[in-house]
Amino acid sequence: MITAEWKPIEEMVGYLRGHKKVLLVGCATCVAECAAGGEREVETLAPLLAMAMQNDGNPIEITTATLERQCEPEFVATIADRAAAADAIVSISCGIGMQLMADTHADTPLYPGVNTTSLSIREEPGLWTSRCAACGDCVLGVTFGLCPVARCAKSLMNGPCGGTRENGMCEINEDTPCIWRLIVERATARGQVESLVEVKPPKDWSNSPAGGPKRMLREDLRS
Amino acid sequence: MSLKAGTKLEKVLAAGEFALTAEVGPPRGPDAEVVLKKAEILKGLADGYNVTDNQTAVVRMSSIAGSKLLLDAGLEPVAQMTCRDRNRIAMQSDLLGAAALGLKNILAISGDHQSAGGSGKLKGHPGAKGVFDVDSIQLLSILKGMRDEGVQAGGDSLSSKPAFFIGAAWTPLGPPIEFRVLRLAKKVAAGADFIQTQAVYDVKAFAEQLAKAVDMGLTKKTAILPGIIVPRSAGMLRYMHNNVPGVTVPDQLIARMTDAADPAAEGLKVTVELIEQVRELTGVKGVHLQAIEAEELLPDIIKQAGLSPRPEV
Repeated sequence: MITAEWKPIEEMVGYLRGHKKVLLVGCATCVAECAAGGEREVETLAPLLAMAMQNDGNPIEITTATLERQCEPEFVATIADRAAAADAIVSISCGIGMQLMADTHADTPLYPGVNTTSLSIREEPGLWTSRCAACGDCVLGVTFGLCPVARCAKSLMNGPCGGTRENGMCEINEDTPCIWRLIVERATARGQVESLVEVKPPKDWSNSPAGGPKRMLREDLRS
Repeated sequence: MSLKAGTKLEKVLAAGEFALTAEVGPPRGPDAEVVLKKAEILKGLADGYNVTDNQTAVVRMSSIAGSKLLLDAGLEPVAQMTCRDRNRIAMQSDLLGAAALGLKNILAISGDHQSAGGSGKLKGHPGAKGVFDVDSIQLLSILKGMRDEGVQAGGDSLSSKPAFFIGAAWTPLGPPIEFRVLRLAKKVAAGADFIQTQAVYDVKAFAEQLAKAVDMGLTKKTAILPGIIVPRSAGMLRYMHNNVPGVTVPDQLIARMTDAADPAAEGLKVTVELIEQVRELTGVKGVHLQAIEAEELLPDIIKQAGLSPRPEV
């Protein structure tokens, strides 16, 4: 899922000074799954934000909405009246939903209430960890189903650096496993560790965000 | 034997002599005199002098500039290059520049993650964007392609071939331990002419890993120089054992430094003994000495280890 996390309330307060009628909008999909922008979080954040604005000397009237999917135009269109009635929108969906909201209701300024952070899995209750970096050149077929692009701090393609801790965790975070240690373990269990000895050439990053804004065109779907 | 770059380090190794490299850390400022002072202390004592590339992700004078200062002072540098701060375009451009300046020994490493710079007393730049466009093994391939084929990584040709003597790092004792020798094999296949290792204190454990490299024939294709960091106190050894991945320090060595009346002097003795011990191992072709920000300790150690004067080649 796409994960997000709340911005500091002070940052939101900074955006909202001078506004009076605020619409806080969440999304019931990814950001609900990662407990950042679903209905529960919308209803939790609204009074906190109202209180923070009150304490800041800039009281606001805040209304809330949680859309089924903030990245789909038909859902975003449903709140046109409420968006027009507000003088600011705070979205706590991912950056995709935020931008559709900003485009659709362009007369009302939109501010982000979350930072969009990763493509992660919920590994345990309350713990999300990276799985994908949308690099556009998937290597899982040669890394035993474990992604070194997203899960190695240096996105190494040819095995572990010297920074694997004695307990097999990454030197930059003691709670993050060295993904190359896991790749080697899985390859060894399959009797295929030799496959990791081949030198992997420099990766083609042109289909990743480094290659510029993505434009995926499917002529067969454009009739 | 035809030489690849003809550096002193390469010639010493080709002659079958025991090689010695030493580390020279560049300053956190534009002070050429700091580099030149270290050069004065170390001149003539080693076959190559590693100039680190923003080690621990702390901004310092660039490795290439520091290397050129050493070269002009009559010391042959080993310019280190990490993958953290440059993409393949900048790397190759800097390598051509290094070659134009006469720098021939190049050590390719992944580099400490950018978050490392803010983990000690310094602020560093933990918010920096790490590049890691290519990894250290891919950089080795790029160096080899530039030197041997005269081509860039993208396939375009160079106007002439730069002469490089190509080095890599090896952490023999990091997990997954059984893969470490295979990773060394990858570095050798990619182009590593010489290898400098992570600091060795546990000679027995190092010898076991080295023996695997010997069995695989790797020590015939590359020259392995175990790294030795001069210990200055028991606390320093304990810190490295607990905090530096891939470094294991035997308990008795920490106890010895704890009991020493003069830990600094004991550290010199320990270093000389470590040099003698690794020198006995089949497959070791030299040592890489580091006295981090205490380069003045090295002359005595090098003399006491019987490594001075250096062979004329």
